[in-house]
Amino acid sequence: MKKVKIHITLKEGVLDPQGKAVQNSLNTLGYDGVGEVRVGKYMELFIEDSADIEKQVEEMCRKLLANPVIENYDYTIEEGVTQ
Amino acid sequence: MKFAVVVFPGSNCDRDMYHAAKDALGEETELVWYQDANLDAYDAILLPGGFSYGDYLRSGAIASTSAIVTELKKQAEKGVPILGVCNGFQILLESGLLPGAMLRNKNLKFMCRFENLVVENNKTMFSSAYKKDEVVSIPIAHGEGNYYCDPETLAELKANNQIVFTYQNNPNGSVSDIAGIISKEGNVLGMMPHPERAVEDLLGSADGLKLFQSMLENWREHYVAGA
Repeated sequence: MKKVKIHITLKEGVLDPQGKAVQNSLNTLGYDGVGEVRVGKYMELFIEDSADIEKQVEEMCRKLLANPVIENYDYTIEEGVTQ
Repeated sequence: MKFAVVVFPGSNCDRDMYHAAKDALGEETELVWYQDANLDAYDAILLPGGFSYGDYLRSGAIASTSAIVTELKKQAEKGVPILGVCNGFQILLESGLLPGAMLRNKNLKFMCRFENLVVENNKTMFSSAYKKDEVVSIPIAHGEGNYYCDPETLAELKANNQIVFTYQNNPNGSVSDIAGIISKEGNVLGMMPHPERAVEDLLGSADGLKLFQSMLENWREHYVAGA
């Protein structure tokens, strides 16, 4: 069993109103140094190991998990057990 | 003319859409559960608004993987008119039937109110009953209606006259004030505002009815002898 960690982030240049609101809140709390916040998603997938696991994950990201129009994705594949 | 209103788990404007086509327009209309994937028997397909699959992952993303999308693509290729409103538009974007994607509204708020739309292109099968540059009052009801596409796609949309409706006062941050776009082939329209909620004066506006009338007139011209 492999544990796949996937990060999905908004592409550069794509407006992130949620990140902007979080940034404003952090500034309100006194963290004046925070200039920009971008909110993304983190997912963990537990997948049976196979020779083409990377190809599968790549496809999953492209077809469903991320929307390539607005989002980038990256992932790592490591040993893992289901929780 | 026979309309299909596709119902997904989480659709909530399906009855409004049904009412618009069946009662306001007066044509034969059926509610079709998304798993009953054969749409061959219909002259037009309506994808209603709502929150299909609870908007999990991204609005429309989960619905776009269901078998009905393969069927929609088949019907789109045949030239069957497909109208996606709100969540229906999001499903069309997520399934690649229309270009671009939706982001959260710029102000992060769910907005439900009438907006003035400008008819940018009245030479489509969905907008021929409007005048070019006509301003119509049609309600929006969405939290993720901030249309986004890259500059190349936007240039293409403009060059091909694919922008059908724009907002007079952009409420959500959409690029180029886009409220609704059509496919290059001209038979798939996606829009965030709800024409089906503006089909009689009792609802506050009847401006949306012309959209359904356009579809009917176009169908008659093409398929009814002597029309």
